[in-house]
Amino acid sequence: MITIGIDIGSVATKAVMMEDGKRILAKHITPTGWSPKESGERVYREVLEKNGIQRSRVDRVIGTGYGRVALDFADKIVTEITCHGKGAHFLHPGTETIIDIGGQDSKVIRINKEGQVLDFLMNDKCAAGTGKFLEVMSNTLEVDISKLSTLAEGQKGKKINSMCTVFAESEVISLMAEGASKGEIARGLLESTANKVMVLGGRIGLVGEVFFSGGVSKIPLLRSIMDEKMKNSLIHSEDSQYIGAIGAAIVGVKKL
Amino acid sequence: MRPEMMKQVEELRGVNAIKVKEAKEKGQKVVGTYCVFSPHEIAMAADAIPVTLCGTKEEPIAAAEEKLPRNLCPLIKSSYGFAVTDTCPYFYFSDVLLAETTCDGKKKMYELMGEIKPMHVMNLPPQSEGEENLEYWKNEMMKFKGFLEDSFETKITEEKLKEAIKLGNRERKVMKDLHELNRLKPAPLSGKDMMMAQWLKGFNVDKEAGIEIIEDLIDETKAMVDRGESPFTKDTPRILLTGVPIGAGSEKVLDILEESGASVVALENCTGYKGLDRMIDEEKEPITAIAEKYLSTPCSCMTPNNGRIDLLERLVKDYQVDGVVDLTWQACHTYNIESYNVGKFVKEELKLPFTQIETDYSDSDRGQIKVRVEAFLEQIQG
Repeated sequence: MITIGIDIGSVATKAVMMEDGKRILAKHITPTGWSPKESGERVYREVLEKNGIQRSRVDRVIGTGYGRVALDFADKIVTEITCHGKGAHFLHPGTETIIDIGGQDSKVIRINKEGQVLDFLMNDKCAAGTGKFLEVMSNTLEVDISKLSTLAEGQKGKKINSMCTVFAESEVISLMAEGASKGEIARGLLESTANKVMVLGGRIGLVGEVFFSGGVSKIPLLRSIMDEKMKNSLIHSEDSQYIGAIGAAIVGVKKL
Repeated sequence: MRPEMMKQVEELRGVNAIKVKEAKEKGQKVVGTYCVFSPHEIAMAADAIPVTLCGTKEEPIAAAEEKLPRNLCPLIKSSYGFAVTDTCPYFYFSDVLLAETTCDGKKKMYELMGEIKPMHVMNLPPQSEGEENLEYWKNEMMKFKGFLEDSFETKITEEKLKEAIKLGNRERKVMKDLHELNRLKPAPLSGKDMMMAQWLKGFNVDKEAGIEIIEDLIDETKAMVDRGESPFTKDTPRILLTGVPIGAGSEKVLDILEESGASVVALENCTGYKGLDRMIDEEKEPITAIAEKYLSTPCSCMTPNNGRIDLLERLVKDYQVDGVVDLTWQACHTYNIESYNVGKFVKEELKLPFTQIETDYSDSDRGQIKVRVEAFLEQIQG
C-alpha cells in the first residue's frame, strides 16, 4: 500500500511517500509561502514527478500541519501532534518524549511504545522559545539564523532576562550598545531558547529518550546545550523535519 | 434530531425579560445573583425573584476594562461590564444584588459594583467542612435574610422558607433529571443544548413555568431515545467538560469540541451539574438545611476542594466518559492551580485522557484551541 503524508507547516511544506507505512520511498520539501493550498498541491505533484510515480498508484493521502484544512484532495486530515508521535516512533522506536520547536509554536508530546500520543502540551500563543524568537533576534544582530550556532560556539553567554520576544529585542540592542559581542549574545539567545523549552517539557515530564524535531532543532549548539541540561538522551535525526509527513503517511495505512 | 422543545428553551431569556418587567410593574422585587453559592430560596421566601446575572458575553468587557485590570477573569469583567453599561435587562430590573466572597477577583470587583446598586455581601467561611464553618455560614444566611426583610419591608417566615425549599428542590431535580438523560449512550442531547437548558434556568421569573418546559423537554427527549434518535453514535467520543462556568457567549470550547466530532455528555461546572448534585434537606430546620447545601458546592475558591474530585469520579463512571477537558478562564488562579491535581487524578486514578484549556471569551484563539481539541480526540480514539 502506497501512502503519502503531507505536512504543511508555517515555513515549509513536506511530503513523504511510504510503502505500507514501513519504508520511505521518497520525500520532498518546499517553502510554504503565501498559499498553503498551493504549496500542498505543489509538493504532492513534485514528490510524484521526482520519483516517476503515477497518481493512480497512490492509495491514500493524509494531510497534517497548520495548513492541513487547505488540502482538499487529502483522504483525511490529522493533527501534527498525532503525526509527530508516529513519525518520531518510526525514526527512533525507543522514543518516549518528543520536543518539537517550529517557526511559530513549540510542543512536547509523550508517546507510548506504539507511537500513540499519551499526553501533549503546546505553546502557540507566545513567540518565546519558538523559531520566531530566534528569527527576530538574528535580524537584530544582522546575522543569518543559520550562523547563530557557529557564532555562539565557545562563547560565554550574555544572559537574556526578558521572557517576551519584543522586550528581549530591546535587551539585545542594549547589550550590543554596551559592547557585548554578537557571539556572546547569540549564546545567550540559544540558552534562553533552551530554558523555555525545558520549562515546557518539565510541565509534562521529559521521560525516556527525547526526540528533538522542528526547524529549530537543526541548530547544533542548541542541541548540545539542551543535551547538557537534560538527564535524558536527546535524539536528533537528519529526517527530523519530515516526522510530521512520515507520521501522516503511517496514519494513512490504518483503516480510515 | 433536535427536540422541538429546545426552541422554547432558547426563547426563555427573551420571554423572561418581559416577564420580569411585568412582575416589577406589579410590585415584585428582584434579587440579582452571581453564583451557585447564592441561596435563592431566601430571596424566594421574601416573595422576590432571584435571577442569575453572571456575565457570559464578550461585549461589555471593554467597558469593564476602564476600571478593572485587563489581566482578570473574563467572567468577572463581563459581569461588571454588564452592570456599568446597563445592557442587561435583568440587572436593570434588580432591586438588590447578592454577592459572595468567593475568589479574590470577585471580592474586589464587588466593591466597585456595590457603588451601582444596593448590594449585600455574604462571607464564605474558610472551609466547607467543620461545625464552626457551618455555623458561620448559617449566620451569613441570617444576615442576608435580615437584609432582604429590611430592604423589602417584609417578613421571611419559616413556612415561606420551607415552601421555597420545596420549589427550589423541584427545579433542581428536574434540571438534574435532564442532565442525567445524557448518561445514555449515545447521548440524546448535544452538550450545547444541555448547556443552554441549564444556563437559561437562571432567568426563570416563573419557576413553575420553567419546570414545566424542562419536563416537556425531558418527555420529548425520552421519546426520541425510544425511537433511537440522537445527534451522536455509539462511537462518538464522550467528553466531560469541567472547570469554570460557561454560558451563551462563552461556550467556545464546548462548541469546538462538538464541531470536532465529540459529544459533551456532562458538565461538571456551575453551569451544569455542580449545583444540582445535592438537594436541600426538606426535614431539617430551613436555615441549617439551606446553609448545608450551599456550603457543599465544590468550587475551587474553597480549600480543600475534595468534593470536586468525588463528583468527577462519579460523573466519569455514570456517564461512561472517554476523556476529561478542564476549562480555565485566563487569570483564574484557583481553577488553574487545581487543574494540576484534577489532571493527576483523572490520568492516574481514572486512567483517562485529560487536557486543560486556558482561554478567555474572545474568538482570537479558535485555531489554536481547534488543534488541541482535534489532537485530544485523536488521542482518545487511538
